[in-house]
Amino acid sequence: MISNLRTIGLTFLHMFRKRETIQYPEEKVVLHPRWRGRIVLTRDPDMGERCVGCYLCAAACPVDCISLQATEDENGRRYPEFFRINFSRCIFCGYCEEACPTYAIQLIPDFEMAEYQRQDLVYEKEDLLIDSEGKYPGYNYYKVAGLASGVKGKGEGTNEEPPVDIHSLLP
Amino acid sequence: MAVIYIDDKAYEVKPGKNLLETCLTLGFNLPYFCWHPAMGSVGACRQCAVKLFKDEQDTNGRIVMSCMEAVKDNMHLSVDDHTAKAFRSQVIEWLMTNHPHDCAVCDEGGSCHLQDMTVMTGHTYRRFQYKKRTYKNQYLGPFINHEMNRCIQCYRCVRFYKDYAGGKDLDVFAAHNHVYFGRAQDGMLENEFSGNLAEVCPTGVFTDKTLKEHYTRKWDMTMAPSICQHCSLGCNIIAGERYGELRQITSRFNGEVNGYFICDRGRFGYELVNSINRVQQPLIRGKIPDAVDKQSLYNHLNEILSNTKVIGIASPRASLESNFTLMQLVGKENFYQGISETEAQLMRTILHTMNSGQIHTPSLKETEKADAVLVLGEDLTNAAPLLALALRQAVRKKTIENAGQINIPSWHDAALREFAQQEKGELFIAYPTQTKLDEIASDSRHKSPDDIARLGFAIANYLNIMAPAPEGMDDDTLKYARQIADILKEAERPLIICGTSLYNEAILKAASNIAFALDTKDKKASLCFVVPECNSMGLAMMQAPSLNQAVEVLEKGEADTVIILENDLYRRGSKKDIDNLFNHCKQVIVLDHLHNDTTNRANVLIPVGTFAEADGTIVNNEGRAQCFFQVFMPKNENLRESWRWLDEFRQFKNGTSPEDLTTPGDLMDEMVGLMSQFKGAETVAPPADFRIYGQKVPREPHRYSGRTAMLANINVSEPKPPEDPDSALSFTMEGYKGIPPSPLIPFYWSPGWNSVQSINKYQTEIGGPLLGGDPGKRLFPETPVAENAFLNNIPPAFKPSPGEWLIVPLPHIFGSEELSIYTPGIAERSPKPYVAISKHDAENLNISESDIMQVQIRDQNYALPARIKEELPQGLAGIPFNIPGLSGIAWPAKGILTKAVI
Repeated sequence: MISNLRTIGLTFLHMFRKRETIQYPEEKVVLHPRWRGRIVLTRDPDMGERCVGCYLCAAACPVDCISLQATEDENGRRYPEFFRINFSRCIFCGYCEEACPTYAIQLIPDFEMAEYQRQDLVYEKEDLLIDSEGKYPGYNYYKVAGLASGVKGKGEGTNEEPPVDIHSLLP
Repeated sequence: MAVIYIDDKAYEVKPGKNLLETCLTLGFNLPYFCWHPAMGSVGACRQCAVKLFKDEQDTNGRIVMSCMEAVKDNMHLSVDDHTAKAFRSQVIEWLMTNHPHDCAVCDEGGSCHLQDMTVMTGHTYRRFQYKKRTYKNQYLGPFINHEMNRCIQCYRCVRFYKDYAGGKDLDVFAAHNHVYFGRAQDGMLENEFSGNLAEVCPTGVFTDKTLKEHYTRKWDMTMAPSICQHCSLGCNIIAGERYGELRQITSRFNGEVNGYFICDRGRFGYELVNSINRVQQPLIRGKIPDAVDKQSLYNHLNEILSNTKVIGIASPRASLESNFTLMQLVGKENFYQGISETEAQLMRTILHTMNSGQIHTPSLKETEKADAVLVLGEDLTNAAPLLALALRQAVRKKTIENAGQINIPSWHDAALREFAQQEKGELFIAYPTQTKLDEIASDSRHKSPDDIARLGFAIANYLNIMAPAPEGMDDDTLKYARQIADILKEAERPLIICGTSLYNEAILKAASNIAFALDTKDKKASLCFVVPECNSMGLAMMQAPSLNQAVEVLEKGEADTVIILENDLYRRGSKKDIDNLFNHCKQVIVLDHLHNDTTNRANVLIPVGTFAEADGTIVNNEGRAQCFFQVFMPKNENLRESWRWLDEFRQFKNGTSPEDLTTPGDLMDEMVGLMSQFKGAETVAPPADFRIYGQKVPREPHRYSGRTAMLANINVSEPKPPEDPDSALSFTMEGYKGIPPSPLIPFYWSPGWNSVQSINKYQTEIGGPLLGGDPGKRLFPETPVAENAFLNNIPPAFKPSPGEWLIVPLPHIFGSEELSIYTPGIAERSPKPYVAISKHDAENLNISESDIMQVQIRDQNYALPARIKEELPQGLAGIPFNIPGLSGIAWPAKGILTKAVI
């Protein structure tokens, strides 16, 4: 009896609280920067594709919804020939972003992806790639990687000695 | 057995080994880099440190490198000791100071020994903030990619390339922390085993360049145990597929056959599977459109097969199952080997010797242990590459044994090489031209095929007076024969190698005689035959008549329809003869996977699966039956195994319904029931209903990715994964996760060991046989079944006849083999057509190097540039065997050479 009265009382008090329900879609939800929503592929500061096709996102994905094929341009720079995410399987866990060594794959604060056809939830590279650095500006993987791929020459990267002269006998 | 104590726990171990391999055999995860089970220890990387105690009371101990420490009884050591652990992680931290942040773009990633070892030692955070050393890379040819920044200076590459495989053009340059592993100049790696560098290198300095073209991580591949189809040795391989394309071949350890390594032809010759030249659809020529579906093909074949007299032509590159189903379809009396009479006769001679039980046909592993070797008429580096690699180890055996007398253990590589210096075991070679193995031979003679046979007969005669002796030998050759005979007699494990590549039967007989003559009660001589193709031996064992007889039957009009199974007949005889065969056929039905000259003549062409799309059994040169398994289910459902097509066609003959399809296991049972010589071949692999705890063995690693996305572009609803009713393997990642039976190992992986080095966990002891025994089953008797009767038929000495040359086929590792040539890199390394002539003949004809010569063989004319070979006997000429543009010669050939008039 007391419990019932208490419940009625509490419910009554809620009438004077601030409203949680919003008038979506007229009114938009406030999403925080770290909110895990739609997955995008970003570009490096030189606007080159960040993704190097290392397959780590695909391996980390618990529902195996990422599939890609790495290929190389004439300079030896790796990029994905195709990159496919099946969003009808994606659980937005963010493991792919965590696994990505180049900050290419990122989850952004956007959830408005509903479709009438499930087939339309399959995103290809054209749908995923954006012209932005996303959450991690300034990072260019090929500047810190050892190999030369058209971005920098051998020994010209961050924290690199010039190439060894193997004919030199100096210590 | 010795007892050692590791972390106060007693273990019984084999004495004479080093501590590292002992610890690994016992299952300890001890990191290492420079040690390799096939190459021994040098103690260069300082990674495998353990703590060794003086005795039970000693608590201080000292750090030692376990790879350099021999096992002694009552040894006390600690692997888990904290100073040893700290030492190991310190060493790896040093190694990593210059290692680039490359893993994401490194092809080794995911199967990288350095990654594994770094995780194993617990070095997880880089404290090194300073600049990293960099190097310029080199172009190393079409097979191997070079990325020197990643090097950790373990020296494994040069130890394999120079010391193990006899390469000359890879070396270490510069000094101190600048050492550089590469060639003196950019250029093609010349050695035939360079592909193994990708597996030997613990990091990504040397990686597979053909994989880079369609890069896939190890964990993403669907893999199956397979057998190399590019020569007769039957090396075990792992083939990996992704997105319906064959992506990579790696070596699959088989202690009896190839051990840890394979040759470049085997590793890189897989592009035929992805070739645009594949036959994709059944074709009925003359019909519009000619590409037909299965039903119209059946209707058409029903008409042909039930109305005509059909003969079947089998193939030495098709599996036993396929050849057998063809035999069942056409009937034993209408079944022919798809090889020339000469080759069939050579194979019969070989079978005769092998069936006698008087000789021992050694496995590759055994050839490595031979202490005196005689090679008669074979260029092994080109005809059977891994046998050449085995001989390079065999010539070291004697010095290893001698070193044992001064207590240098066999695994102590650096000390052994220091001890051996240039000393080598006994190896004698007789071949018309210089071969690559000549450099390690005690003596090599360049003779004509008949003279090689005569030398062999002379040796046999010295060994046993009952053996027939050749007449009219010169003193020098007799002296040479006596020298070899004496050495073979002295040797504990003598080995004679001969083969079919010179198309000379007398050589085979001479070699058999030597083996028979060496046969004593306590010692059986080893005789190794090199045969032309991957299933030549299996086909020969079916004892069918040759292609020439098939032509006769067709000419007489006793048959008018042929079914040709996976065989390009234009490589089997002269163009005229094969044209003649086809002209006598009303209907030609061809089953093959690639378009070639023979498929062009087909009225009905049926696409079949390659080794990657089919299951099958093949018999290698030593008579070992081995199974290869389908790697993936092709998207094109027309690409079915030959035996499946042929088995279905039986319905047109005897009215069985196509639903009563048999698995390869049933076919093998049926085959063994009809042909007892194959007894044992049905037990090579576990049957199709074999399960471990009710589970199949998965072809995909547990990290396989992209299952719900790879086909989502076609349909977002995932299709049912393909099923495999033919074997105990599944096409998925679900199934038994432990170590499967040795014939079914699809890939090597063990927790913490992602690289190929995880093989350690699959062996009974390091470098020893696989758990449960090495796969494969030898089909030939080991006990004498007949009295040894020496073979006669000694040819007369070769005399150059004026105006006519004896043309010998010269095999080339890259180019001579039919299927590997579809790999662009192999085609690039294949020689251009040439004719080799002796210096003397060149002078007579007034020819200098690269002059164009007119070569007339029967009625075919070739214009070929000359290569002058000083060592080639006069009256002999050599032509590269079956390279593109030079097939269609009936061997052995005679020809007329003239200087081309320009």
